[in-house]
Amino acid sequence: MDTNTRANLAATAAQARLLGLEMVYSAASGHLGGSFSAMDILTLLYQRELRVDPARPGDPDRDRFVLSKGHCTPALYPTLALRGYFPAAELGQFRAIGGHMSGHAEMHHVRGVDMSTGSLGQGISAAVGMALAGKLDGKDYRVYALLGDGELDEGQVWEAAMSAAKYRLDNLCAIVDVNGLQIDGPTDQVMPTEPLDQKFAAFGWHAAACDGHDFDSIDAALAAARSEKGRPTVILARTVKGKGVSFMENNAGWHGKAPNAEQYQQARSELAAQVETLGRQAGWSGDRLSAALTGIPNKEGN
Amino acid sequence: MAEHIATRAAYGQALAELGEKYPDLVVLDADLSGSTMTKAFADKFPDRFFDMGIAEANMVGVAAGLAACGKKPFVNSFAMFSAGRAWEQVRNSVAYPRLNVKIVGSHGGLSVGEDGATHQCIEDYAIMRAIPGMMVLSPCDGPEMRLAVEALVHYDGPAYLRLGRLAVDSVTDEVPGYQFHLGKGAQLRPGADAAILATGMMVQEAVKAADLMAGEGLSVRVIDLHTIKPIDEEIVLKAARETGALVTVEEANVVGGLGAAVCETVCTRYPVPVIRHGVKDLFGRSGAAQAVLDAYGLNAQSITNSVRCAIDRKEQMLRR
Repeated sequence: MDTNTRANLAATAAQARLLGLEMVYSAASGHLGGSFSAMDILTLLYQRELRVDPARPGDPDRDRFVLSKGHCTPALYPTLALRGYFPAAELGQFRAIGGHMSGHAEMHHVRGVDMSTGSLGQGISAAVGMALAGKLDGKDYRVYALLGDGELDEGQVWEAAMSAAKYRLDNLCAIVDVNGLQIDGPTDQVMPTEPLDQKFAAFGWHAAACDGHDFDSIDAALAAARSEKGRPTVILARTVKGKGVSFMENNAGWHGKAPNAEQYQQARSELAAQVETLGRQAGWSGDRLSAALTGIPNKEGN
Repeated sequence: MAEHIATRAAYGQALAELGEKYPDLVVLDADLSGSTMTKAFADKFPDRFFDMGIAEANMVGVAAGLAACGKKPFVNSFAMFSAGRAWEQVRNSVAYPRLNVKIVGSHGGLSVGEDGATHQCIEDYAIMRAIPGMMVLSPCDGPEMRLAVEALVHYDGPAYLRLGRLAVDSVTDEVPGYQFHLGKGAQLRPGADAAILATGMMVQEAVKAADLMAGEGLSVRVIDLHTIKPIDEEIVLKAARETGALVTVEEANVVGGLGAAVCETVCTRYPVPVIRHGVKDLFGRSGAAQAVLDAYGLNAQSITNSVRCAIDRKEQMLRR
């Protein structure tokens, strides 16, 4: 990956975090911790990995993405907006009764969403079904699913893992956002699931690892998944929950709460500084930078 | 000539036959293909049959993914597990996104017999019906089941289909003018003193009960409600108006199923006495299938008592 690509991805992810923050603040609810840990992964997926065309979200030959950790819409929706599926202004309708930006991922409401998710453990099964359909039809599309590490407590994930191995779904790539925290605390205390690499390997998967905030590392793992034949790949991405906002990082308390006005201002200034620095490194124009720093356009009080 | 076949067997035949015509038809099972009768499809179309092992939750989710890519999946297990075990997957991965997945529950009701209460699903109608937008079907005999399966292949949306374990005599093929339409009941016998509204293999018992009561000089209408949801309000209200006494009969708990659907229909539009004949909020138990059905009053003789009761209530109300 060249320097400019890397810088662009970093700046885009920072902009997506700013949008996610504003979504959750304006809705006064939503899940920031796990969204911010996954933001770099999602940005790389939609900006570089997935073969998709925002003008044709229903293309039968497109790559699919399933947000199995379906509560992380403050990561997915900004990512889709920045990829061009819909204007960022729509993010202002997040969780609003009159809007279409539902709290959990919605395939029929939000353009670009491939599967409705929210109940943990279910998205990965749907991804297995999509991959199976691809094999059945002889299509070369790939299917990606993003799971949380807490989500791996669900038995259905392991049922899905067995079935993906049985059908040799090398067109399936699961990515686990291993941020180490779930609602009640550290995952190793709530329900120990390690060693994940050995578990997935024992279930017949190719297990890869990466640093979920290092674009080269994620990219290399995705490339390894693409070249794997005869079995599905899981990428265990080490991440920091709440990544990008100092007081949210590694804090289980930021799983599913909205910041107050003061916290919002602090988070916003931290993220805006990142957008500015990274945008300049990426060579963004003054106009692009100022649009990125605006956050959600036409939001209340803006 | 009446046919004597289990609805699960007719279902298996229909799937295998329809597989030819519909290349997008895919079938998933959870290690019960011999019992759910999907084996015929599996043998004929091995590439479109997926044995997902004893893992119903994942099976339903995989079906949702297949449907999201244009396939027409039929998902199979015993009713206890496809409707019961995987209920929340049906609700969130299939019904909420309105994906075109058919959930099939074989061995529904008490007629599972010997296996006992853990396998006798008497709640499937209620729990599937409770999901918004979910169609719920329980055909009564082989001919009706074949028609139902083909109609479901054409129907684009989530639906639940109950199959029975026991071989049953066909009744719909001897009714002149019988037609099958999703969401529409079928009148099998005319009658004016009372109406029995039945579903699944209780339809046969309802017909026998009507015959028994004809011997007593009572004219009892029999309506086959193969579609429990959406309920055919027209046929239900017509029966309420014209007979004034209804009996619902189902091989299921009386809570939340066919009886509830009929009561909900008449209570605001045309209130008449309704006797809900079914399992009276009890678990089943082991025994030979017919012995279990008899023990819980799921037979023609017992239905006649409910019909008399409904007629008594009607007359009491008229005297008031």
